[in-house]
Amino acid sequence: MATHIPAGYKWWTGGKSPYNLSYGKLMMWIFLMSDTFTFAALLISYGTIRVSSNYWPDPNYVFNTFPFMGDANLPLAFVSLMTFILIMSSVTMVLAVHEGHKMNRRGVEKWLLWTILGGLMFLGCQAWEWTHLITHVHPVLIDGQIKEIGATISQNHFGPAVPGLMHEGHQVHLPGPVGFGNFFFGITGFHGFHVTTGVLLNVLMYFWVRNGRFDRLGHYEMVEKAGLYWHFVDLVWVFVFLCFYLI
Amino acid sequence: MEQAIHPTAITPEITFPHEPAANTKRIWKTFWILLILTIAELALGLSHYIFHVEGWLLLFLKGGMIIFSVFKAIYIVSIFMHFSDEVKPFRLKILIPLISFIWFILAFLWDGTSYRNLRNRYNGPPAAVEQPAPHKAQKPGALD
Repeated sequence: MATHIPAGYKWWTGGKSPYNLSYGKLMMWIFLMSDTFTFAALLISYGTIRVSSNYWPDPNYVFNTFPFMGDANLPLAFVSLMTFILIMSSVTMVLAVHEGHKMNRRGVEKWLLWTILGGLMFLGCQAWEWTHLITHVHPVLIDGQIKEIGATISQNHFGPAVPGLMHEGHQVHLPGPVGFGNFFFGITGFHGFHVTTGVLLNVLMYFWVRNGRFDRLGHYEMVEKAGLYWHFVDLVWVFVFLCFYLI
Repeated sequence: MEQAIHPTAITPEITFPHEPAANTKRIWKTFWILLILTIAELALGLSHYIFHVEGWLLLFLKGGMIIFSVFKAIYIVSIFMHFSDEVKPFRLKILIPLISFIWFILAFLWDGTSYRNLRNRYNGPPAAVEQPAPHKAQKPGALD
């Protein structure tokens, strides 16, 4: 679209934004930049601890369950569904922004509702996954005693003895690479917090749209800013998905 | 030249808006690309589970998944967040600080690897899992 701009157009002469963005949208981008570095710091420290460990659980064994499927071994199936839900909600958000540019209030309302639904579904999936990891206990021989433990931030039942699980009579002192639970719950929790914030922002946008606030203002730029945040949440999930579930 | 070129710009700060796009074709195309990339990633992730690959081939598969993820990120940012529609000064403003990630990732992963090697050298090899004799071989009543 930059073809509208004549050659030699002076961006830095004052009286206009040299970035061709309004103040609010520019600040949203800068906030997202800083959030990028926060998430990157978390994921890279996870990588550092992981490569410094001699053993790390294989995600194909850790994440192999699906709701209502019992003990069926379905590696990565559930997280694929979560990824699909989040990508889909990103698409509905960009469609809401698109309708906003056309000043079509009904369209924005419809797509915002789908986006909110997608966000809530994702959060529900994450709640199920956490509950399953924490409460699904396995017997582990710790210092001569068999204990039933699940995966929490202080211990987990994953170990090198058997791929995925470390029972079968192998004795351990400290169950599991503790860092696994720390980073998994810390980073997916921080991402889930972002999703929650995004859903709340979208709900706020929905009510403002319904009130006709943006029709009175004459533009739907606020929906666009909430959309930037929502796409960023999806973007972070791409890397959380890569680092925890795939690699 | 001082006033807005495009009549529908939101505020006088903005010289031209990059929307509205004519239709939603580009959005759906991006959706399909993202879906196909995700399925390709899953295929790679599951292949090393099914075929138990190790060594260089495993690194190759992981590299493939990283490349697919980077492409997904590029599509989300450039199409969904309209980054590719922004003007060049802004694109550079966002992209230049991201160069520090090259150092950030390499240095920290190198550091982690070095820590593991040093620990294994001075504290002995990876703590072998204590393996008591198989249960069947143990004589009844034997204390040891």
